[in-house]
Amino acid sequence: MPAISRWFIKAGLVYFLAAMLLAIGLKAQFSFPVLRFLAFFNPVYYHLLTVGWITQIIMGVSHWMFPRFSREKPRGNEALAWLVFVLLNAGLLLRITGEPMLALNPGSIWNTLLILSAILQWLAGALYIRAIWPRLKEKP
Amino acid sequence: MPFLSLILIRTALLYLAIGFTLGGLILLNKAVPFQPALWRLLPLHVEFTLVGWIIQFVMGAAYWMLPRLGQYRPRGSDVPVWGTIICLNAGIWLAGIATFVSSPFPLEMAGRMLEFAAIVLFAVHAWPRVRPFGEG
Repeated sequence: MPAISRWFIKAGLVYFLAAMLLAIGLKAQFSFPVLRFLAFFNPVYYHLLTVGWITQIIMGVSHWMFPRFSREKPRGNEALAWLVFVLLNAGLLLRITGEPMLALNPGSIWNTLLILSAILQWLAGALYIRAIWPRLKEKP
Repeated sequence: MPFLSLILIRTALLYLAIGFTLGGLILLNKAVPFQPALWRLLPLHVEFTLVGWIIQFVMGAAYWMLPRLGQYRPRGSDVPVWGTIICLNAGIWLAGIATFVSSPFPLEMAGRMLEFAAIVLFAVHAWPRVRPFGEG
């Protein structure tokens, strides 16, 4: 398994763990008022699972197992795959921080983090498609 | 990669592009509110990313990678998988646009039923292929 796939998959596992811990916290807030602030993490929970865990696992496994791009460059542009990894994780981490902080402090500077997060995650998605599309080749 | 996997995975990537774009716009609008109507895109964003991107991609990869049935027709009949592709994508759009369109016809229910039919058809296809490699 190439290094970038290992990073995608291990990062995905970390997000999965974080999502499960957050799920416990989201339930526990009803019994422990001190945890009420976790209600602002609800959208973060869904994105930890769908972007951090599932999408990232898909990206890592597809980079590893999809048909080869060419004999010389079997996995196509490796640098592009690393860029996708950095953009996706930076975007997600900015969201994890910025979204609850903005909800707790409306109208504050935290919105900058969300703007950056939206742009970085969108770029990650677009560049992943750019990287993987040429490797989708028909072979019965 | 077989032709039907190509269709499923390329379609999934298109949904990833649209779903991430909608999600990006909704997140930008959360940071700097500029168009309140963008919130109405949330069900479409969820539908496109969960069903259109993730589920459809997994089906495409599974059709390609599950153990083969034999040399003559290694992946069995194509018919249930074509049915899956048609029902799943029709269901995604019907369920997705249901929040925008006022119709006497229950669009979301129809969409969910088509998605359910897609899953049943895929299970019909995949069930016999879930077995040890080399068997048969």
